[in-house]
Amino acid sequence: MPESPSESPAEATVEATAESPAEATVEVHRLRRPRSGRVVAGVAVGIADHLGVPALWVRAVFAVLAGLGGAGVLAYGLIWAFVPAVTGAGDRPSTAREQQQALGLAAVGVALALASAALGGSWSAWVTGPLGVALVGAAVVWREADETQRRRWRTGAGAVFGGGRVALLRVLAGTALVAAGIAVFLLGQVNLSQVQFGLLAVLATLVGVGVLTVPWWLRLMHDLGDERRARIRTQERGEIAAHLHDSVLQTLALIQQQADSSREVKRLARGQERELRGWLYGPQGYGRAEPDATPGAPVVLSEALSSAAGEVEDTYAVSVAPVIVGDCPADATMAPLVAASREAMVNAAKHAGVAEISVYVEVEPAQVHVFVRDRGGGFDPDAVPADRHGLADSIRGRMERYGGTVRLRTAPGEGTEVQLAMPRSQAASDEG
Amino acid sequence: MTRDQATAPQPIGVFLVDDHALFRSGVRAELDRAAAAEGTGPGVTVVGEAGSVEEAVAGIGHLRPDVVLLDVHMPDGGGAEVLRRAGPRAQQAQAPDIVFLALSVSDAAEDVIAVIRAGARGYVTKTISGRELVDAVRRVHAGDPVFSPRLAGFVLDAFTQRPGAGPVGDPELDLLTPRERDVLRLLARGYAYKEIASELFISIKTVETHVSSVLRKTQLSNRYELSRWASDRRLV
Repeated sequence: MPESPSESPAEATVEATAESPAEATVEVHRLRRPRSGRVVAGVAVGIADHLGVPALWVRAVFAVLAGLGGAGVLAYGLIWAFVPAVTGAGDRPSTAREQQQALGLAAVGVALALASAALGGSWSAWVTGPLGVALVGAAVVWREADETQRRRWRTGAGAVFGGGRVALLRVLAGTALVAAGIAVFLLGQVNLSQVQFGLLAVLATLVGVGVLTVPWWLRLMHDLGDERRARIRTQERGEIAAHLHDSVLQTLALIQQQADSSREVKRLARGQERELRGWLYGPQGYGRAEPDATPGAPVVLSEALSSAAGEVEDTYAVSVAPVIVGDCPADATMAPLVAASREAMVNAAKHAGVAEISVYVEVEPAQVHVFVRDRGGGFDPDAVPADRHGLADSIRGRMERYGGTVRLRTAPGEGTEVQLAMPRSQAASDEG
Repeated sequence: MTRDQATAPQPIGVFLVDDHALFRSGVRAELDRAAAAEGTGPGVTVVGEAGSVEEAVAGIGHLRPDVVLLDVHMPDGGGAEVLRRAGPRAQQAQAPDIVFLALSVSDAAEDVIAVIRAGARGYVTKTISGRELVDAVRRVHAGDPVFSPRLAGFVLDAFTQRPGAGPVGDPELDLLTPRERDVLRLLARGYAYKEIASELFISIKTVETHVSSVLRKTQLSNRYELSRWASDRRLV
């Protein structure tokens, strides 16, 4: 097969798919076989539309290429099979003049193909003649299949032969042409033995049936793909709906019931927001293209601290927004740090009298810093009654038992900041 | 870029871009209330709003607001698309005096970093109070970046040297100075500029200089983390 005919479809499709990958918003212009203006299958019109040249030129090129050992015919058939037809309406029948020209060119093309094959001497007229007849038969059947497909889009009917008696007649005629072509081709092989003839007959019949049923195979593949996509979409939609129902709708209902208590409403809203955020942007969140962590992965510090902050939010109806830089596994040495941070948040929520607490966590190679800050009233550390154990025991005691340090910055009227530092265990920091 | 607040007696014109109409009206009311409550500083008034990228680009070109409050997530490309078509790089031929402030509920670092790299001068979360929002609008209008604690955290994270991180291409852009790091840390801890200044024994002006320099590096650096985040959104 010469190289020139394979160029035109390849070029067209490459151009269609590789068009400016940077601009994803621009709709990719794909090669399609339109219905308006077509004569046989819309291949020539489609290519002409795509390249912006008159359809007549494309048809003439196909006819000339057909002269090169039938390459044009083959190219036409391949494009017909693999380029999808236009789904929408837009029905402009080709004019009589167009049809005349096109059919004339098609006849010239087929004649050229046959002549070149016959004159080339490689194949005898006994082979090319019947093959030509079989090709025409196949074209008739394929065209009918296209028609059925369009009818299906229009009406939604699923029948393979939906076109009534005329369509059936056309399909039968096409099949008969193919069968006749094959039969004549077989009868031409006079110098073969019985076994060879039988094998050839079986092979030729199989090829004939294969060619005739190409449109239905293609449609089957297409339909299977469509069905799979639809099923995935439905599943996805169901999952989202179920999640929204379980979380957001329930919370909204609760908020309406509790409308009188602003504290309760705030608590519910914050809790729901946190949950939805986790679902959307969390490590295994829905909005992530691919999950960062596999399920069952060890708990990391950021997660442990975020959930501690969430508990404080829920219990005391304040907003706690942790900002976390870096991350590390929440191993045994980090557990007291998390507990101490939680205690510091609880203190701020209970005593500072503010609606917001800032939490900043920075994981460094050697140690982890946590800052819990509020802009509340502050207090005089020396004036705290001795029976208040919060800071002394649960924060300072806990941290110092594990080698951590606590610094406190506060003064009446200036807010409070608890600074916690915990060294990381050697193994963990080596790991990164 | 810097404007003296004293010589700008007319209120700052704000343009709201958000596909959520309920949220737009909420911000409008909040801004009006907060701006009316306090007398100091220039007033803030909403001059227009848009619910889509198209409307936003047309409205910004037509109304020439001082500050655009920009939602990160919208259909048709979101805030980054608006910035691409009407942002500082697009309006260079015209007067480059419209500043963009991202306002979002998003918690995803890549979204936040992406709008900053597209040209936004700051990022605040939608839970911000009206008073703080007015403050943030005034600050970006005066030419200073606005770093919420969360943005400061993301930027610190992006500039942290990790064992697996790519090599430093341009130290001038790819590394933060120790002082810039200190300022960012305090921002992430929830400190105001004034508090940072007294904490580090420097002037507020110096704090602003450091923050501007961090913003410039965030927008121009080719550090692997930053360019990866931005290229996820097809911005670079």
